[in-house]
Amino acid sequence: MSFHPKMDYAPAQFHRSERKLAPPGEPFVYTAENKAKFDANVARYPPDQRKSAILYALYLVQQQQGYITGAGMRHVAEQIGCTAAEVEDVVSYYTMFYTRPVGKYVLNVCRTLSCALLGAERVTEELCGKLGVHLGETTGDGMFTVIEVECLGACDRAPVVMVNDDWHERLAPEQCGKFVDEIRTRGRAAFSGCHLHVEKK
Amino acid sequence: MAFEPVLTNHVREPESYTLDFYVKHARGYDGLRKALTLKPNDIIEQVKASGLRGRGGAGFPTGLKWQFVLKDTPKPKYIACNADESEPGTFKDHVLMERNPHLLIEGCAIGCYAIGAKVTYIYIRGEFYHVQEILERAIDEAYRAGHLGKNIYGSGFDCDVYVHRGAGAYEAGEETALIESLEGKRAQPRIKPPFPAVAGLYNCPTAVNNVETLCNVPLIVLNGPEWFVGLGPEKNGGPKLYCLSGHVKRPGVYEASMHTTLRELIYGDQYAQGMLDGRKFKAIIPGGSSVPILLDQHLDTPASFDHIQKAGSLLGSAGLIVMDDSVCMVWLAMNLLHFYRHESCGKCTPCREGGDWLYKLLKRVEAGEGQMKDIDLLYGVANNIVGKTLCAFGDAAATPVLTTLNLFRNEFEAHIREGRCTLPSPWRAQHPVMAH
Repeated sequence: MSFHPKMDYAPAQFHRSERKLAPPGEPFVYTAENKAKFDANVARYPPDQRKSAILYALYLVQQQQGYITGAGMRHVAEQIGCTAAEVEDVVSYYTMFYTRPVGKYVLNVCRTLSCALLGAERVTEELCGKLGVHLGETTGDGMFTVIEVECLGACDRAPVVMVNDDWHERLAPEQCGKFVDEIRTRGRAAFSGCHLHVEKK
Repeated sequence: MAFEPVLTNHVREPESYTLDFYVKHARGYDGLRKALTLKPNDIIEQVKASGLRGRGGAGFPTGLKWQFVLKDTPKPKYIACNADESEPGTFKDHVLMERNPHLLIEGCAIGCYAIGAKVTYIYIRGEFYHVQEILERAIDEAYRAGHLGKNIYGSGFDCDVYVHRGAGAYEAGEETALIESLEGKRAQPRIKPPFPAVAGLYNCPTAVNNVETLCNVPLIVLNGPEWFVGLGPEKNGGPKLYCLSGHVKRPGVYEASMHTTLRELIYGDQYAQGMLDGRKFKAIIPGGSSVPILLDQHLDTPASFDHIQKAGSLLGSAGLIVMDDSVCMVWLAMNLLHFYRHESCGKCTPCREGGDWLYKLLKRVEAGEGQMKDIDLLYGVANNIVGKTLCAFGDAAATPVLTTLNLFRNEFEAHIREGRCTLPSPWRAQHPVMAH
C-alpha cells in the first residue's frame, strides 16, 4: 500500500510523472548551413562524445529561431544522439538560452556589485521606464526585452549592458533613454562595443 | 627595481592580437620551440621551481597540478583551460585573450606537451562572444603557421586547441563543473576525489588551468624559473594581473609584482589613481566577491596570496572591488547574495536553499523590516552552508554575509533599529526592481 494518500501503489500510476517535455511549437530543422556548422563543431570532440557539442547546437537553434522550442530541442537530440529530456536538462540550466520568444534586442543589464556601485540599479529602472515594461518583459513591438544578468566580466567599464552578443559599456542611467532611441535608429552601430575591441581600430 | 609588465606590455598596441606582432615583438612561440627541445618532465620541474600558483582563485601550485596528472594510462589526456571568468570583480583573462591570444595558445601547447596531452579545450564564457571571435582567429593563424596541428616544428608532437563556448553559468568556473559542462551536461560539480588529474574530462586525466596561469608558462620556459621567482615575494613569484573596479578614478586591469600593496594599487599613479570624486575609502574586497572584506588598516598589505591571507582574506582571482563611504554594507551583502542565489547550481541543499534564505533575510533587513533576531539567524544559516557543500561555492556564498556581519554589525543593527536603510546612496535605485 502507498504511504502517500494520492498515490496508489500500482504500476499504472507509480513512476508516472506529470512532467512533459517542453511543447514542441513550430517544427524545426537546421538549415543546410547550420547543419554543416554543427557537423564541423562536433568533429572537435572524440567520436563517442557528441554530447559535448550540445551548447553549440543549441546556440545554432537559437540563432536560427530566436529562441529554443521543444521541436528545436528534439532536433538537437536527434543530431547529438541523446534523449530530448537530456537536451531540455541543459537548456533549462544555462541562462543564455531562451525558451520563450524575446525581442530583437535583448538588453542584459549587469546587476552585480561593481556595476551596481556605479548605478546599474538605476539603469534597469530607466530602461524599464523608458520602454514601459517590467523586468523580463518584451515591448509590444517585439523590439526590446529587458533582463538583468549577473556579472558580465567588464567591471572596469561599469555599468555594462550586453545587447544580444554585443557590449555597451559605461551606460550612465541618464543616457538610457537616448541609448534606446539610438538603437531604434542606428541598430548595432549604437553600441560602444568592448573598449579593447574598439582600440584596435 | 621597477617592475616591467610582461603579460600586458603590448596590449595597448593596435595589432597586438596578431601572430605577426606576437612573433616580431614578444618572442612569439620561442617558448614552445624551446619547450619541444626539452623533456616533458623538465618543463614540469621548471614550472614547479618557478612556484607558479594558479591564477584562477585557489592559488594551487601549477607544477604540482601537472605532476599529479596520471602518466601511466592508455587514455588520452586533456587540458581544459578555464576562461569562464565570472567571479564578480574579475576581468583579467578577458584582456589577455582579447589582446594577447597567442600567448595563451602557446601556453596551452606547452602545457599539453608537458603533461602528454594532445588537445586543449578553452572553455570561454558565453558572454565573451567578441573575445571568442578573436581567439578563434588567432588559433586559425597559429594552425596555418604550423604552431599548432600535427608534428609541430617536426618534433612529432601534435596539439589541437579548440574553443568551447559556455552559456552563462558562474558555476562552470569550478573545475569539475567545467568538465561536466564540457561534456555537455549541466555545470554541476563532482565529488572529489577522484580529482580531474586522475579522472576528469571524459573520465581521462585532465589539467584544468586558468588563462592567466597558462599565459605565464611560455615566459617561465623562456626566461627560466629564477627570473620568475625574483619578480615577487617568496612563494608568490611572477607577474600578477589585478582588476580594479568600483569607486576608483581609473578602474582597469593592472599588471604588477606581488610586492605591490593594496594602497599602491588603489592610489598609485600608474594604477587606479585614488578614490572616485575624492570620497573616503571604506572597504575593499581583494579577490573577487567570494572573499572577506579588508579595511583601511589592511591597505599596506602587499597584494600577494600569502600576505592577503595573513591579513584575513584571500587574493582569489585578484578582483579588487573598492568601495567608498556611501556604500551600505547590508545592501552590499544583499547584492552579492542575489548573485549567489541566482548562480547556485542547485546540487547541494545547503547552498541552494541557504543562499535563497540569506537573500530573503538580507532583503528584509535592508528594507528596514528586520528584527534583531535576524542577525543570529543570518549567522546560523551562513555557518550552516560553510564547509557543507561539494565545491567552494557554498563558502563563497556565505562569506559576504559573515564578513559584513563581523565587520559592520552596527549597520545591520541600525537598519533594524531605525526601520530603514541608513545609507541610501544616490547611485542606487529609488524603486529597485527586485527579483521575486
